[in-house]
Amino acid sequence: MPVKLEIKGLTKKFGSFTANDHIDLTIEPGEIHCLLGENGAGKSTLMNMLYGLLDPTEGEILVDGEPVTFHSPSDAIAVGIGMVHQHFMLVPVFTVAENVMLGREQTSAPGVLSRTKASEFVHQLSERYGLQVDPSALVESLPVGAQQRVEILKALSNEAKVLILDEPTAVLTPQEIDELMDIMRSLKELGTSIIFITHKLREVRAVGDRISVIRRGKVVGTAPPTATEAELAEMMVGREVKLKVDKAPPKTGEVVLSVEGCTVVDPRGHQVVKDVSFEARAGEVLGIAGVQGNGQTELIKALLGLVRPDAGVIRLDGEDISRHGPRESLDDGIGYIPEDRSHDGYIGAFSVRENLILDLYRTDRFSRGPALRLDDIAANADHRIVEFDIRTESASTPVSSLSGGNQQKVVVAREFSRPLKVLVASQPTRGVDVGSIEFIHKRIISERDKGTAVIIVSTELDEIFALSDRIAVMYDGRIVDTVSPDIRREDIGLLMAGATPDKPEEVTV
Amino acid sequence: MAVANAISDEGIVDVRDRTDIRRQAKLVSIFGLVLLALIAFYSRIDDFHIVYTLGERVIKDDPAKEINAQPIMIVGIVVAALALLLAAVNRVPKGALGALGYLLVGVAFFSGFIIWCYADQSGAFSVAIINPFPGTIRLATPLIFGAIAGCLCERAGVINIAIEGQFLMGAFFAAVASSMAYSAEMGLVGGILAGVAIAVLLGVFALRYQVNQVVLGVVLIALATGLTDFLLSQVPDDPDIKKYLNEPLILERVPISGLVNIPVIGPALFNQTILVYIMYASVVFVTLLLFQTTWGLRARSVGEHPKAADTVGIKVNRIRWQAVLLGGAFAGLGGAYFTVGSTGTFDSNASAGNGFIALAAVIMGRWNPVGATLASLLFGFCFTLQAQLAFLDKIPGELLRASPYLITVIAVAGSVGRVRPPAADGEPYQS
Ligand SMILES: Nc1ncnc2c1ncn2[C@@H]1O[C@H](COP(=O)(O)OP(=O)(O)OP(=O)(O)O)[C@@H](O)[C@H]1O
Ligand SMILES: [Mg+2]
Repeated sequence: MPVKLEIKGLTKKFGSFTANDHIDLTIEPGEIHCLLGENGAGKSTLMNMLYGLLDPTEGEILVDGEPVTFHSPSDAIAVGIGMVHQHFMLVPVFTVAENVMLGREQTSAPGVLSRTKASEFVHQLSERYGLQVDPSALVESLPVGAQQRVEILKALSNEAKVLILDEPTAVLTPQEIDELMDIMRSLKELGTSIIFITHKLREVRAVGDRISVIRRGKVVGTAPPTATEAELAEMMVGREVKLKVDKAPPKTGEVVLSVEGCTVVDPRGHQVVKDVSFEARAGEVLGIAGVQGNGQTELIKALLGLVRPDAGVIRLDGEDISRHGPRESLDDGIGYIPEDRSHDGYIGAFSVRENLILDLYRTDRFSRGPALRLDDIAANADHRIVEFDIRTESASTPVSSLSGGNQQKVVVAREFSRPLKVLVASQPTRGVDVGSIEFIHKRIISERDKGTAVIIVSTELDEIFALSDRIAVMYDGRIVDTVSPDIRREDIGLLMAGATPDKPEEVTV
Repeated sequence: MAVANAISDEGIVDVRDRTDIRRQAKLVSIFGLVLLALIAFYSRIDDFHIVYTLGERVIKDDPAKEINAQPIMIVGIVVAALALLLAAVNRVPKGALGALGYLLVGVAFFSGFIIWCYADQSGAFSVAIINPFPGTIRLATPLIFGAIAGCLCERAGVINIAIEGQFLMGAFFAAVASSMAYSAEMGLVGGILAGVAIAVLLGVFALRYQVNQVVLGVVLIALATGLTDFLLSQVPDDPDIKKYLNEPLILERVPISGLVNIPVIGPALFNQTILVYIMYASVVFVTLLLFQTTWGLRARSVGEHPKAADTVGIKVNRIRWQAVLLGGAFAGLGGAYFTVGSTGTFDSNASAGNGFIALAAVIMGRWNPVGATLASLLFGFCFTLQAQLAFLDKIPGELLRASPYLITVIAVAGSVGRVRPPAADGEPYQS
């Protein structure tokens, strides 16, 4: 039976900071209700209250007109609410099947797990919804996109009546996003209500029935899905947003980074990067496009010295750096925005202030002998917070309590804080709102114009096209072709699916 | 996906990756050292005759047999030399065959060492090699109970340092219960209750009041030590009263007919007390519980990522309580070994640091009950061997007494880095 969910005057305060300020919202049965808002607007906070993870400071939640109190997620699950969390709620050392069944286990006898049944169940689910996962793979061995699929399947397996999707599309490929939107539409037909949070305005307009916009903890308005992207962006940010970066043609200089025959073998003995060679020149943006899991992650790790290539040479300004570790790479002037920020980008328990100098604390700017220059560190943080519009209660707030997009901004701000020769950015705007995307893109282009060689790795073609001066396409561990950004989207799609330029006739996809 | 296959088959670059090189270097050095040691042993022995028995001691009906160990020694040297050769040309097989190879080299080294220890005995009476396995199982029993208690707690995310405390309490109250009820089996019940009592304290402070679990464990050990010493001092010397408090009955050996006649391992595995048999069952039980049941999956999820468990409706702290209490029961049984399971009367500090060795076994066994059991058996074996080698004067006594602990340290240090504790081990969770 479909459920109507009402939120009345819901308020959440963290100390003196009000994350949600008297929010009123109604989710009708069988509607797809989109929530838009800047990073830190309070969307996840609101959803966490709906799911029983946070206690509201004030206000009430009504299910079919009855007020309810959720003491824990099990209460929310009991009334039929399911949620895909912005930060994955997966046990890394469990298999996909184990993660999906956790809490509602498949058994062969009472209390006895049946892994075959669980695999079968996950297999069916993934067939039914067109989300490919391997039930027996360990979650920690999966790329983030696959983890996201698992998280979605987990929520779908619940047959929830109200499904909360908190930024499920940030790491999915375009095809997967299309499939997810189809799933949402068919669930809606069955009477499921969906609350859908995303920063991608195209998606909102494609599936939304109603759109509510939250700014600084308050609902500032609703819009029909017919509203234009520019209108939505303006409503969210409160000013006009340029959705496309202005950039001058690149002034390309010397080769800064050159990679020759780079090969990386993963711990299981598979060659994940195969004989990759390319050059990045000062003052240009080289985009690396490709479906997730085609060796981009490992290639970048090799550039940064996080893994040592098993063959090949990486040269920075002519000097061989393939044996350098991460610290040397940083000292060499390589900036790095990692693909998985919570894993490689920041230390959650450290304050914003400390995270902003993680790579600089040893320099004279921030330390004197063994002592830190706390005043300078604080001044730096205040400056960066304003510059990058990081929405945080204070500079001493731990990064783990920031909203997802603001965590990303902390990482980006830090990497832009020192002189760079090469900037390697993997999904630099993952989970960031339109206003901040505009800003980060501008910063990347101005970094390029300063003469830095920029390498952007992204699964998102929009981003690749917006920034790149040249595009290298990776497939199955190799660079299959390097093209100019004038290429048609379909053609690059074919390259990403594995068509090689010399033998296009083989393409059957 | 014809395209995908066409591409992934070609273009594999010919590289020999670093792990392979590292493996070769490691194997060459280890096998080389073994070979050197064996040659050194061989060259130092004059008289290769040694005496041995398959029983636990030399008795009239089963006198010690004599054997010339020279051929064994030579076989060992050949095995080590072959292994070194294979390693040098990097042809050591991987997988099960490789494991068999390592085992053979290990056995060769160990036999060489033992032969060197027991050879060249002058004098009229020579000490015989006896079957070390019955002693190994006995000494490993409390370690295994402690280690599976540790596995249970830590898999659910609660660090339990206090196994030693649970041992002491279990030992004391097993003695009291056995004395009062005049039944050794009742002693086991007393042990369980005492272990659970400490577990309750652990639960209250760690889960309810979220005290730092390492500090808490140390405090609980101090508490258990002090409490048992105090209570022991209150037991009057008057034999009429003492027999009701600290003169427990001891569990008797229950040979399992048929199985006990299997040579070498029969008397080791199947001529033991009921407590040892409970230990076998417990290992199987806890392994199945953790890895094959709903409860186990939930418990492990709670130890790895409690918030994820919470979001699917699992009550994190309830599961942790259950794990801690169940662990307390096993640790209490382990404690009972030190009184009703072996010597009887409770003495001050009866568990003699075994709780800490059990902790080491948990780490070495990678938080897996079976692994922890194997580690405990290794430690039990070292203790047994140390006791036997003490009769010979080949190795200085001090070094010998330190050796099991030394092996513990090496074993734990060797496995650190490669092993990962449950991710949320020791982290309190507030829903
Ligand atoms: N546990 C917490 N303690 C203190 N402040 C918090 C906590 N959780 C969230 N906040 C603050 O509340 C605000 C809203 O955060 P929330 O995660 O709801 O934002 P969001 O709208 O989901 O943003 P994003 O799009 O970046 O995910 C942020 O400023 C954040 O710093
Ligand atoms: Mg959020």
